Amino acid sequence: MSPSVPLQEMIRAIRSARTQCEERGVIQRECAAIRAQFRQADNGGRSHNLAKLLYVHMLGYPAHFGQMECVRMIASPRYSEKRVGYLGAMMLLDEKQDASLLITNSIKKKVHDLGELFAPAARSLLSEKNHGVLHGAVVLITELCERNPETLERFRKTVPDLVQIMKGLVISGYSPEHDVAGISDPFLQVRILRLLRILGRNNEAASDAMNDLLAQVATNTDSTKTVGNAVLYETVLTVLDIKSESGLRVLAVNILGRFLLNNDRNIRYIAMTSLQRIVGTDHNAVQRHRGTIVDCLKDQDASVKRRALELSLALVSATNIRSMMKELLLFLSSCPPELKSQAASGIFNAAERYAPSQRWHIDTILHVLTTAGGDVRDETVPNLIQLITNTSELHCYTVHKLYRALLTDISQQSLVQVACWCIGEYGDLLLRGECQETEPVQVTEDDVLDALETVLQSHMSSPATRGFALTATMKLSTRITDNVDRIRSIVSIYGSCIDVELQQRAVEYNALFKKYDHMRAAVLERMPVIEKNSPGHTNGESTKEAVKEIQPAKVKQAETLLPQQPTNQVCDLLDLLGGSEEPLQPNSAAGSTVPVLPISTSSTAGGDLLDLLGGLEPAPLTPAVTVYEKGGVTLTLSSEKQSDSGLMVTLTASNSTDSDISSFTLQAAVPKSVQLHMKAPSGDFLPARGAAKVTQMVVLNNPNKVNLKMRIRVSYTSQGSAVQDTVQVDSFPEH
Amino acid sequence: MIRFLLLFSRQGKLRLQKWFTPLSDREKKKVIRDMTTLVLPRPPRSSNFLQWRDLKIVYKRYASLYFCVGLEEQDNELLALEVLHRYVELLDKYFGNVCELDIIFNFEKAYFILDEFLLGGEVLETSKFAVGATMEEADTLQETMEEYMSKRAY
Repeated sequence: MSPSVPLQEMIRAIRSARTQCEERGVIQRECAAIRAQFRQADNGGRSHNLAKLLYVHMLGYPAHFGQMECVRMIASPRYSEKRVGYLGAMMLLDEKQDASLLITNSIKKKVHDLGELFAPAARSLLSEKNHGVLHGAVVLITELCERNPETLERFRKTVPDLVQIMKGLVISGYSPEHDVAGISDPFLQVRILRLLRILGRNNEAASDAMNDLLAQVATNTDSTKTVGNAVLYETVLTVLDIKSESGLRVLAVNILGRFLLNNDRNIRYIAMTSLQRIVGTDHNAVQRHRGTIVDCLKDQDASVKRRALELSLALVSATNIRSMMKELLLFLSSCPPELKSQAASGIFNAAERYAPSQRWHIDTILHVLTTAGGDVRDETVPNLIQLITNTSELHCYTVHKLYRALLTDISQQSLVQVACWCIGEYGDLLLRGECQETEPVQVTEDDVLDALETVLQSHMSSPATRGFALTATMKLSTRITDNVDRIRSIVSIYGSCIDVELQQRAVEYNALFKKYDHMRAAVLERMPVIEKNSPGHTNGESTKEAVKEIQPAKVKQAETLLPQQPTNQVCDLLDLLGGSEEPLQPNSAAGSTVPVLPISTSSTAGGDLLDLLGGLEPAPLTPAVTVYEKGGVTLTLSSEKQSDSGLMVTLTASNSTDSDISSFTLQAAVPKSVQLHMKAPSGDFLPARGAAKVTQMVVLNNPNKVNLKMRIRVSYTSQGSAVQDTVQVDSFPEH
Repeated sequence: MIRFLLLFSRQGKLRLQKWFTPLSDREKKKVIRDMTTLVLPRPPRSSNFLQWRDLKIVYKRYASLYFCVGLEEQDNELLALEVLHRYVELLDKYFGNVCELDIIFNFEKAYFILDEFLLGGEVLETSKFAVGATMEEADTLQETMEEYMSKRAY
């Protein structure tokens, strides 16, 4: 007896309950009744009760007390009860996780053996006429082939049979039983195509056998309805996956192109999904449709947008980078929030790989930071800083742009951090007020300090950002002239800040003002260029470390290094020159200096420090003169005239002994009126037997045209012992 | 294969749930919650396909009911739309002009029809008439009250 009437009454009662509370009351009463009935002996209502219980379960209420009843009902000879019992078992017994897990596990173990059993049976089933059976057979064979490569080999022989069946379906007349909108049994067709895909993959012979069929299906299928498109879709996937001939591949890609232009969003979505799969292999074919894909970025639908974004990022190449980036940036400003971070990181990667110029690269990154600053990854900040330091000619431009961005909006943390860092480093360029690349802004020192203070005090700034701002303020103390007191007061205020990191920095900077004022200039010089770990590849970790090292917080490190600075040694050296008291280079506040520390403090060997004196045409080099030769170490000197009073001297050292020399350093001193700048050496390691040389450049400025002399002290470690020697150069080879 | 099939109303009330893989009760509830939150707010003319975890979700709205399936990676989404349509046609044939109320009050019949059409996450019977014929046969086997009471219950 069908359990309809009492069940329907209960359903009506539940539905008429107006509040959740009422509903729960009704359900509790019903459940109590059901439980009572289950406990009783058999009556006419068992299937009704179980059906009621299933309804209650579907609404989400607990129904586990019906499980035993299900088992009993399955065993009943009454058909109605059996039916409902099985339904109940399927729905309620799922809760018993252990039982179902055990069942599935035991089946899984036997799959391999079962496979052996079923393979011959499946083969014979392919000759069945009944579509239902045929469909089942195809599904079975697909599963067998997917799990077991040997079975796959054996079933390759069925390809001609499958092709035959498929042809029959495609050409056959109208069959009312299986017809869907003019296509005969699309379910079966799609399954056969899928099986053909698996069989034809990586196999020439099988692929050849199905070429004709696939071409026929692709051309003859009516694509006005979804059904037709479903079959075409499967065909395209098959063609692209097997070893098909090129004509067929072109046909497939064209079908995808047609899909892309379809009005139906679903079709466009799956077209992009399929193109994503082949963008690696048939890149040019997909490039042809780039315009349509980029248009899909503007579609309303979120799913379509996501696909379009992924595909667009895959299509970016060196030739189309500029136009693609314009579109992508436009997309970024209006894209849904869940796609923002994916878009931002995709843009960064693309910019990294294909940037046509440095300036474009910086502009792009700045644009992304202003539109989606909150969604970028943390490594963006150090990467960007590294990029900026590498492009020395654009410092002026960059700092102007960043300053303007800072004035408009201080909520995007990454942008603010980079801006603070740049203002700290290149504040002098900002204040100078002239810039070739962009409209200069007339900025006073107060304006700059105001901007940094706003960042410091704003509640929107994260602690890291405030750290950046404080250090930038400190750095400006050497680059500006008038408001040093203001900086001093800012720094001392933060000496009692609650944030421990800020407090520590402020206290140290305070100390720098008070006790170590003579070192302040040297400590707060321009940063040297940061080395990337491997070329063209931002190794997030090490650059982070490198930046962390060089980051303003490492004023401490520089401070500790400085005392090693041989101030006394230098004085000695200079004493030897007969009383010339040229102190070793306080950096002029103009900031246009190059770090002068004779010992290279940074570990960036081999990178030329920022050379703001560059741009002068170097005069041809004079021949190298050997100025020192002792203990196997040879030092040669060559010079070139830079200007009327400027001279660029190159010192080259080589090691002809049999043992390596390490910690090789040079120090130099010149007469009083001559200015000396030593650049970082190319290294401090001299391998044995002259395998490599160390060069160091020294820039001399002799405005008074005194007689040029130079005293050079050589120090190194060889075979575990330290060696020091001095040599005087009295005459310089000149033109 | 199809992992699950859900039917829910526009207010998010579940009308039918069919699971083709074993899941714990908590996981099922989570899936149902996620599906309703993903599908219901979508604007009317948007694409019928979604990505959720590692599954493709295909949904279609028929009158006041949303039919939602979760597919695996290699399955054909457009064909899944056809599967849903075929199921609705079968229901329509059986109930005669089916509406949501029919499915609410005769949910066990809806399940029986589904079990004749899909098995183990795959289409079982592609013929339109075969499923209807099987249901009719099964209904004739349902006993009347006298037959019911006269059989022994064990």
